[in-house]
Amino acid sequence: MQVEEALLARIEAGETLNLSRRGLLGGVAVAGLLLGAGMPGRVARAQATGGLQHATKVAAYLNIRPDGTIHLRSPFVEGGQGVDTAIAQIVAEELDADPARFTVTCAPPGADYMVVANGQRRLTGGSLSVRSSYAHFRKLGATARAMLLQAAAEQWSVPAKDLVTEPGRVLHRASGRAAEYGELAALAAALTPPADAPLKDPKNFRLIGKPVPRLGMRERATGRVQYAIDLKVEGMLQAAVVHAPRAGAQPGEFGNEAQVKAMPGVHSVHRLPGAVAVVADSFWHARKAVESLQVIWTALSGPVLAEDFSNATMLDSLKGAKGRPGNPAEQAGDVEAALQRAARVIEAEYDAPYLAHAQIEPPSALARFNADGTLDVWVPNQVPEVFQSVAAREAGIEPAKVRIHTPPLGGFFGRHFAYGPGNPMPQAIRLAKAVGRPVKVIWTREEEFRRDAYRPLAFANFRAGLDNQGKLVALHAAGYGEGPITRHFGAARLGNPPIDGSIMEGLSGKPYRVANKRIEYVPVPHPPGVNLGFWRSVGHSMNDFFFECFLDEVAQAAGRDPLAFRQTLLQHSPRHLNLLKAVTELAGGWRGQPFEAPDGSRRARGLAMASPFGSEVATIAEVSIDQGEVVVHDVWVAIDPGQAVNPRIIAQQVESAVAIGLSSALAEEVIFERGEPKTRNFDTYTVLRSDRMPRVHVRVVESGAPMGGIGEPGLPGVPPAVANAVATLTGQRIRSLPFSKTRFGQA
Amino acid sequence: MIELTVNGETRRVEVEADTPLLWVLRDTLGLTGTKYGCGIAQCGACTVLVDGQATRSCSVPVDAVRGARVTTIEAIEKDPVGRRVVEAWVAQEVPQCGYCQSGQVMAATALLTTTPKPDAADIRAAMTNICRCGTYNAIAAAIRQAADAA
Ligand code: FES
Ligand code: FES
Repeated sequence: MQVEEALLARIEAGETLNLSRRGLLGGVAVAGLLLGAGMPGRVARAQATGGLQHATKVAAYLNIRPDGTIHLRSPFVEGGQGVDTAIAQIVAEELDADPARFTVTCAPPGADYMVVANGQRRLTGGSLSVRSSYAHFRKLGATARAMLLQAAAEQWSVPAKDLVTEPGRVLHRASGRAAEYGELAALAAALTPPADAPLKDPKNFRLIGKPVPRLGMRERATGRVQYAIDLKVEGMLQAAVVHAPRAGAQPGEFGNEAQVKAMPGVHSVHRLPGAVAVVADSFWHARKAVESLQVIWTALSGPVLAEDFSNATMLDSLKGAKGRPGNPAEQAGDVEAALQRAARVIEAEYDAPYLAHAQIEPPSALARFNADGTLDVWVPNQVPEVFQSVAAREAGIEPAKVRIHTPPLGGFFGRHFAYGPGNPMPQAIRLAKAVGRPVKVIWTREEEFRRDAYRPLAFANFRAGLDNQGKLVALHAAGYGEGPITRHFGAARLGNPPIDGSIMEGLSGKPYRVANKRIEYVPVPHPPGVNLGFWRSVGHSMNDFFFECFLDEVAQAAGRDPLAFRQTLLQHSPRHLNLLKAVTELAGGWRGQPFEAPDGSRRARGLAMASPFGSEVATIAEVSIDQGEVVVHDVWVAIDPGQAVNPRIIAQQVESAVAIGLSSALAEEVIFERGEPKTRNFDTYTVLRSDRMPRVHVRVVESGAPMGGIGEPGLPGVPPAVANAVATLTGQRIRSLPFSKTRFGQA
Repeated sequence: MIELTVNGETRRVEVEADTPLLWVLRDTLGLTGTKYGCGIAQCGACTVLVDGQATRSCSVPVDAVRGARVTTIEAIEKDPVGRRVVEAWVAQEVPQCGYCQSGQVMAATALLTTTPKPDAADIRAAMTNICRCGTYNAIAAAIRQAADAA
């Protein structure tokens, strides 16, 4: 007690931290902790081409029940992106079944579910799910159908070739016999899956390409979905944690442990790496107690965020690398010579802040050690096999002894990769072990915003050369920083030359043809104490803003209309020209000048293009200014994913991406001051609400190109389309996000 | 011991008087359809009806709802307005991840109960819950559909 009182006095005297001032201690402990074990980002994000080695493993995926309902175990987790429906739709097409009779759950870890990257990997992310597994799931459905036909043929002693299906049943037309799939399923399951079940001719598709209704709508409208945070097991205790105010500090002595232990419902108080925890009989008891705990934070090990770290110091460190030679991501001609010769050179610098995922379901993890030496973990995640290996290491047992359960996600946007200390699973495992009972850890919103893996704060600079005709003859762009790929896979994995795609995509990979071009990557680390994550559309989330805004600046300098200027640079690409045509048609025509709307407001439109995740996107936004703030009235998006599985889900995903893209442009910003994240809840981390939601109009263009992604591509065009519209309207060019830092006037 | 009326049933709970209603619903009564998102009355994921009024249960001590009628998402289809709202939500395919939608449905039900034919401004004023998936336009469309179905 006396010790506690002494500590209390020190705490009250302001001694809350005793950190090393060296700042960046130690190695990058976070690196390699583990997004996709051994999975170089570029491979995982590449278009899959084959990968059918698991497509005849019907039993691993499908359970057709006697009543004809179908349980599908999916490699992917549903978190709002509609993947359950899309996969059911593809399987149902070839199986000849009604997708409404499917229930879909996320499969446990297992080799049979490696359907991404040519059947080598598994993750829900990178807008990869449907495009990487489309062929796999068609074949799986066709194989299951062939087994049902064979089962009926054996039962009725007729040749299988004389049988047909209609949704949910097998028919023998000659005899009029029919059987429901549910009646045949047991017999079919005993057969060996054929290797060569025939696929449908796509012209006979009745589901793929159609707006099949989404699954799980009623459950989601009535609160019946059980997310990880909702789960409970026999004998479970609940835990709340508080992390060190500055990342890297470790809990030392407590000032009031006895009082906290005496609080209602408290079971025990714990020190964890970089955090303290209270285990209690309810979450509220745990939270109240842990937030009452007085902790002396000390720096004993690991990366500690410097005491003076802030957004400004980080931006300074990125800008400090200006002019440093980078690694070329793209190179054509001789950019320096062309800039020398240019009639005019335009230069600009752009930056964007750290962003939080801000999914509405806070992270949680429930861990239970079983008497047989196994461990069950229920945890929101996008990579079950990775969580399995992390859990095994944390628990000190074999991965095969860990069962990972993946409930539907209450939003994710890239939040639920493992990210080292960026998720509560390791804490839940430690606590469950320590107390000998199942423990569920929930991160409060404040702890979530304190320890999210953020979209990196980023910086880029540009130089463009125009000839005396106003033609773009040279383009130099450099992206600075460190992305989640470097952070979680290590710099050694970046290829040769080393390019961090999660910092460069959207600066590189643009479709515009410029004779002399150099796009380069300048590596600059973020402090290890700031976790970096994949945030919906990743590098595109900032880079298309940088690039497309700069392109408008160049067009303006050339005295050219932004649409016409882009068309000139895209003469080689009918796909992109067509997309521009589609978006301008959808918007009722392009307007390059400010105009008066029917309601009397002065408005302008802005345009942007993006090539994210295998899809192509063109976006137009229409804005006005009201009391110094941007009002976005309409956003028109033409998206070309090559081929559509469910056009309604695509439109819904694009609308969702527009909302989050606009949100990021308008006001989102994680703020670090003196080494601590200060934006700890939705009062200070401002996300889009209904009052600023624009109308959204989507056109899906199916060019027949290889299938692209859907979940993320709608996002990157939005911030630049809005910023370009604002510049046209007001003459104010936003080069630093979010817009909320600027007050706008009419031009 | 505190006595509550939740979804028409009297429930006695052994909790401290300052426990937020949200955690009594979720942890004590097992009604997990009501969600935790922020705990500071910002996001609306925890919205329930207290005597018919949309209320952010994370910021209401349980003590304050003694004697009041608390309705949660679990009972929403027993309410004729709530049933129409749910049907419209399904027809419009409003939910994406769904995590915010319990609160959205409760807020919409409260709105349509007091204002059966809301205009755009009514909808904007009443529907202030955050949806990170950005379903705001679908929510407004579903509210109009539910109003038209009355
Ligand atoms: S949890 Fe109550 S308003 Fe967010
Ligand atoms: S549906 Fe995901 S937060 Fe609203």
